[in-house]
Parts: sequence; structure tokens; C-alpha cells
Amino acid sequence: MTTTLAANRPAYDGKTLDLTGKSGARAFRNTLASVLITLCFLIALIPLVWILWTVISKGYGLLLDGGWWSESQRGVTVRREGGGAYHAIMGTLIMALITAVIAVPIAILGAIYLVEYGRGTKAARVVSFMIDILTGVPSIVAALFVYAVWITVFGFNRVGFAVSLSLVLLMLPVVLRSTEEMLKLVPDELREASYALGVPKWKTILKVVVPTAFGGIITGVMLGLARVMGETAPLLILVGYSKNINLNPFEGFMGALPTMINQDRTELALQPAADRVWAAALTLILLVLLLNILARLVARFSKVNSK
Amino acid sequence: MAKRIEVSGLNVYYGDFKAVEDVSMTIEPRSVTAFIGPSGCGKSTYLRTLNRMHEVIPGARVEGKVMLDQQDLYASGVDPVAVRRVVGMVFQRPNPFPTMSIFDNVASGLKLNGVKDRKKLTEVVERSLHGANLWNEVKDRLDKPGAGLSGGQQQRLCIARAIAVEPEVILMDEPCSALDPISTLAIEDLIEKLKDRFTVVIVTHNMQQAARVSDQTAFFNLAATGKPGRLIEMGPTKQIFSNPNEKATEDYITGRFG
Repeated sequence: MTTTLAANRPAYDGKTLDLTGKSGARAFRNTLASVLITLCFLIALIPLVWILWTVISKGYGLLLDGGWWSESQRGVTVRREGGGAYHAIMGTLIMALITAVIAVPIAILGAIYLVEYGRGTKAARVVSFMIDILTGVPSIVAALFVYAVWITVFGFNRVGFAVSLSLVLLMLPVVLRSTEEMLKLVPDELREASYALGVPKWKTILKVVVPTAFGGIITGVMLGLARVMGETAPLLILVGYSKNINLNPFEGFMGALPTMINQDRTELALQPAADRVWAAALTLILLVLLLNILARLVARFSKVNSK
Repeated sequence: MAKRIEVSGLNVYYGDFKAVEDVSMTIEPRSVTAFIGPSGCGKSTYLRTLNRMHEVIPGARVEGKVMLDQQDLYASGVDPVAVRRVVGMVFQRPNPFPTMSIFDNVASGLKLNGVKDRKKLTEVVERSLHGANLWNEVKDRLDKPGAGLSGGQQQRLCIARAIAVEPEVILMDEPCSALDPISTLAIEDLIEKLKDRFTVVIVTHNMQQAARVSDQTAFFNLAATGKPGRLIEMGPTKQIFSNPNEKATEDYITGRFG
């Protein structure tokens, strides 16, 4: 149907517009950029795939053996096959657990202070700056600091607990920063809604703000744990490597996966030792992966009525 | 329930900036009072001083008196948390708690203040949802998340949450500005019903809405940008909309503003 208005206008002026678009030069630049981006992505992927492939292909053999998960390296020399990583797995888990128990509450409460109470104050700026510095502290410096306090000043022995103390210094800033970011993401409208119901501030934080940010907080804790479990310098400095099973973090030397790798690495030319190095590395990766999956499940099921 | 609010000589500051100047008014119990005026004239700021919500923003402070019947809300020793239990609030954007179910959202005010009696909670939730005209729509899915409802339903959920704690006064800060016309109508019907039990104060940019729902209307304006907002005039809604005393009011209402 044509209206009178449209009828008075020429519908078609005879000229054809060039809508084919890409001129040669622009098409070339577009292709070049696309190729470059894809190439960079593939290059970034190379080390990741390479590492995973190397570790899995060389390490999976020993992991299939039940003894790996239940026996220690007691009496096994680098030249001999056999034994397991039970002592090292337990050592790594125990030290990581103690670290988390100390670091996580401090980090979360610290983040709550920074976001909910100290926002804009001088104290908060100072704390925030200190956390930034702490983030950059190398693990060996943290280890030496704990060595100076725990062993030189207090005169205690080199034990697993001392390792945990130095790992706390490394985990704290990671968890605090990520928790802080997650709390900042909680909209102020939710806090106001709670205040408007006559709910005190501390209860608003505990029952509204933290549950809303819970998934993100858990992810931060996991990132912190993953970083801490692979640290080697504190283990070398603060606790000797033991091939025996020792579950007491306050007495005696303790095995751990990174130091187990370090021990067998000294005789990498020997096949039994090399096998154990790769198997221990794969075990460490799997542990971190397992904890990650576990945390995600916890975060999902703690969400009330998510479906 | 439902109390009279008497405000005298109220100034509101954000740091050094004076946002609202010298407001005095009486808000009658069991009625709806609407605040209208251009953006930035301080009506929302002023509304938030009626339950001391402005104190959430650092640097905000108030001079003057707000009396709830015989009690001064700004007297020394008055706890803002206690004030907010008596003067509830509904916000511009629906803000149900995302981690909570519909039931828990409505019960949150009681639960977070320590009420554990399941029977009482069930009773209050049902009564409040009825009161917010939402019961029939959600009664079969009380355990589903509140964030899964439509915008209009979420806003009524927030109203149910506010009335569940049995306040004396309900403040509404542009409660319909994020809603479609049908949801808006539902909220307006609800406001009509709420005034049987509560003192209702509503900020709105919608002149027809003010004319439809309110008994009293207060017009706020500011002399220029950067100047504090003031109460220009207040009176029965019919009079404000048909025969205002001030030229500025008439200009604003008829759309010849500026």
C-alpha cells in the first residue's frame, strides 16, 4: 500500500551504492590481525599443554599402583623402585590445612574491615598498602623471616608448623585481596535493604553481605591454597625432608610433595627416581584440582535454594 | 500502629554541602503523603532522614527535629537501628536478598532480629504476602529464590518484607520507577490498602501517580544547581493539583517548568 506522501517521492534514484565493503587493504589488515591473535593464543597454550602432557605421560604409571597412595619412602633409596608418596601427600595436606585455618579467618575478617568499616579511612589505606607489599614478598623471604623468629629468637626446632607460619604470610594477601574484591561487588542496595528492616550492621554483614559473596570468597581461598601447596623454599628452610610418615606438625621432619620432588631430582638419571619425580608432580597437580572441585561443590550447595 | 511525623527546621548536609534547607511539615497517620519535585531537589535525601538512613553515607548529618508522635528521632541516645525497625523503607529498585528464598526474604526482618519460632514466621510470612497482594502468585513456590520473580513481583516482595516487621511508617523512594504500567497499578492499589494500617510516604516523579494515590502532596524545588532544595508548598493533593498557592508549583505540575 502506498500512501500519498510516499507516492510523491521518487522511490529509486537510479544510483547503485557500493555496499561490498572491505577494500583490499582493510581486508588484508583484518586477516593479519586475526592470524596474529590466534597465533598468540596458540603460543600461550603451548607451555600449558606441554607441561600437562609431560607430567601426565611420565607420571601416571606410578599413580595406578595402590602402594603410591598408602606407603612412604622409608628405606627406599633413589636407586630402588617402590614405596609411595603417602608421607608427602599427608605432609602437604597437613601443612596446607594449618595454613588455611590460620590465614583464612584473618584474611576474611581483614577484608570485611577494609570494605565495611574502614572504607576511606587512613588506617584502611595503610593496611591496604601493607597487603600490597606482602603480596610481592618472595616465599624464601617469608621463610627466612619465620626462621629468624621461630628458630633464632624462640629457639624452637624446624617443624611442619613453622612452614605453615611462613605459608600464612603468602596466603593471607591473596585471600584478603580476592575477598575484598568480592565484598565490593555486593551492591549497597542489599545492605540498605537490611538496615531498613532494623537489622544491625554486624548482622547485615554476617547474614546478607558475606553469604552473597560466598562463592567468590571460596574461589579466593582456593587460589591461595593452590599457590601455597606448591611452595618449596619454606619447606627446604623450615623443615627437613623425611621419608617416613610423620603426621605431627610440631615434632620432627616431615615429607611434602615439593621436597619429595626435590629429593629424587638429585638422581634424575636413575629411572626409579625420575619416575617418582613425575608421579609426585602429577599428584600435586591432582591435589590442587581436587580441592578446586571440592570448593566449587561447597559453594554451589551452600547457596540456598539456587534452583 | 501508624504514627504522626512532625518535622521542624530540618537541614541536611553532605559534608559541607547543604542538600536540603529548612523543611518543616506534618505527615498525618493513616494517610499517603507524596513528595514531588525535579531531580536533585533533595526529596529522596529528605525522605531518608525520616528513618536515619542517610547516615549510611559518610559525612551526612542533620540539623533540626523529626518527631514521631512525641519522640525525637534525633535525640541523643536514640539508636538508628531501633528507628528503622519502626520506620521501614522500600527502595527505587527492587532489592530482594539474592541468597534467600521468597519465604526467607519476607521473614528476614524477623529472622535477622532473632525470631526463630517457625509457626510465628509462617504466620507472618503469609499475612505479609497477603498484605502485599502477592500471596496468590507465590504461595506454591515459597522456597524458590526471590530473585526469580518479575520486577513488579520483586517490588511487592520487598513491600511484604517491609511490612512483615510491623513498622509504624513506610517510606517509599520512587517504588514504581523501574516497573511497567501493570506492575505500577498493582503497587498503587497496594499503597491504597496500606494506608489503612500505616503512615505512608512516597517519593515519585510521576505526577499522575501522586494525584492518584496521595492525600497530601509536598512540592520540593531548588533555586539553582548547587543550591539546597527547599519545601515550596504542601497541602491536600486536590488543592495542590487544582489550585496551588505558588507559581513554581503550578509551573511544575502543568509541565511548564524551567
